[in-house]
Amino acid sequence: MSAIAVRQSTPQPLDARGEPVVAVRDLVRRFGDFTAVDGISFDVFRGEVFAFLGPNGAGKSTTISMLCTLAHPTAGQISVAGVDVARHPKLVRRHIGLVFQDQTLDDRLTAQENLRFHAVLYRVPPAEVDARIARVLELVDLSDRRYDLVSEFSGGMARRLEIARALMHVPRVLFLDEPTIGLDPQTRALIWQDVLRLREEANVTVFLTTHYMDEAEYADRIAIIDHGKIIALDTPQTLKATIGADTVDLGTADDTVALAALERAGYRVEAVAGGTRVFVENGENAVPALIEAAGVPVRNVHVHQPTLDDVFLRYTGREIRQSHAVAMPARVRARFSRRGR
Amino acid sequence: MSSVPLQPSLAEGRETALRDEARTTAMVWLRELIRFERTRTRILSGLIQPILFLIVLGYGMAGLVGSVGGFDFKKFMFPGIMAMSVVTTAIFSGMSIVWDREFGFLREMLVAPTSRASLALGKTAGGATVAAVQGSIMLLLAPLIGVHLTAVLVLEIIGLELLMAIALTAFGVFVATHIERMEGFQVVMQMLLFPMIFLSGALFPLNKLPGWLGVLVHINPLTYAVAPLRQVVFAAQHMTPEARKRFPSTVELFGHTLSLATELMIVAVFATLFIALAIRGFSRTE
Repeated sequence: MSAIAVRQSTPQPLDARGEPVVAVRDLVRRFGDFTAVDGISFDVFRGEVFAFLGPNGAGKSTTISMLCTLAHPTAGQISVAGVDVARHPKLVRRHIGLVFQDQTLDDRLTAQENLRFHAVLYRVPPAEVDARIARVLELVDLSDRRYDLVSEFSGGMARRLEIARALMHVPRVLFLDEPTIGLDPQTRALIWQDVLRLREEANVTVFLTTHYMDEAEYADRIAIIDHGKIIALDTPQTLKATIGADTVDLGTADDTVALAALERAGYRVEAVAGGTRVFVENGENAVPALIEAAGVPVRNVHVHQPTLDDVFLRYTGREIRQSHAVAMPARVRARFSRRGR
Repeated sequence: MSSVPLQPSLAEGRETALRDEARTTAMVWLRELIRFERTRTRILSGLIQPILFLIVLGYGMAGLVGSVGGFDFKKFMFPGIMAMSVVTTAIFSGMSIVWDREFGFLREMLVAPTSRASLALGKTAGGATVAAVQGSIMLLLAPLIGVHLTAVLVLEIIGLELLMAIALTAFGVFVATHIERMEGFQVVMQMLLFPMIFLSGALFPLNKLPGWLGVLVHINPLTYAVAPLRQVVFAAQHMTPEARKRFPSTVELFGHTLSLATELMIVAVFATLFIALAIRGFSRTE
């Protein structure tokens, strides 16, 4: 696959990756005066892990709800697997997998019973059900819990079972709304292992939302969304490259001398609290040369490579953590949003 | 998985579609049964209340009312207590949708590409089956009360319980689809269930009630479900004419004594109405 950098959110309907599995054009959703989603367009291609990254309230969940036929756009078009979502919602729903922020399992049933229930509602041919249950449980590494009650599952296991369940009817796209919210880092890593394995082994297209920067790194492409608009869309590598060079901070015996010496040596430098900041291509490899060029004893070195946090900061002018609304537990939030419906 | 666009006209046969909907209904029904079977404590607590009523009211009132030709108040109450057990379980089962919503599973059902009617019917059928089973467990008490059972009578009772349970579960589903929160559930149980039971003739004869209460009795669907149950039970007992007079089992409407068939028709009409309302309520949910 050739590396095609889609710099803008301008969609390219036909390129090397073929027809998009999800195509969104000028999507808008307003709630009264408030515009939650403000004219976004993008494509998701087959086999891709596509992440929607943004702070709470940026419009992620509203967008995913519209893609999944669960909310109606105020304006704009969405097609999933070539089908207009507004015109054939039921057909679309048969071919997408959904995992919500809140758990939707019956915990009095076993893992297998939950999967079987789903299989019937999603019209999986009866003859195939058993084999598919075995397969999806294997994909999320829960084969040995097949006959266990869901009430005995940990939060992470339940979430993985939900991902497995969403795969029962072999969806064209798997939608995951904040799949790792409320889970500990270890479990989050496990979920990501699952997601990436799905892409490798089952070639599943995944669309997910997250507000964890470190998680978005796993995605093939990221759309950064803020205030209902896509402000950047590209691969994590390209996005980070837009930030530019690595930085090396040097603490020295005499920072003024060091700064002048480094500048004379041709480096781009800047004085920062406690030392000198140098902008270089490859920070780690540049360290020995920088120590040499500083001309004074170096006490400490800190190399920083651009992260998605920097990307977010650059595009929005603030850090994603600051921009969160008051962090509410998922359950409470669900109750609030539910009341509105 | 191919990237070929889906065909909106991917028209499957009507028969296939119907069979798929039927399977959905059966699956929802099965889930109710599995959950019932797994919650033994609920089965037990569902028995305690009717038994308590039977003992406290039955024995207490028996002393006051006395017995006529060997027939006493406990025997009068017995069919009513069975009905009470069925009705409580049925409404509770129908309203378990409130729980499904609270714990998220309702969402799994609602977003599925399936007809809401199939879901509502499955929920109703499941709840009704569970309620009939729960009510039938009460039959174990019959020998203690001195109520004589025959095989035919047991079948008749189960049939009547099912009809009653279908009507009341559908009613519970309908109510639940209009309740957003758990608190509403309690309110409904207090405000609807208990008055319905008390004004159905389940616990005491209704022929001496003042007029305005009589109106409530006659618009209460339960009235027409309790009476047939009592009639079939009484028909299998040895009762003197005096006992029959003292312990009436029939319902009068506009001066006419309703026949068992009429009563069943009325319950069937209520059941149909409630099922329609339940389907409508379910279709509009979320």
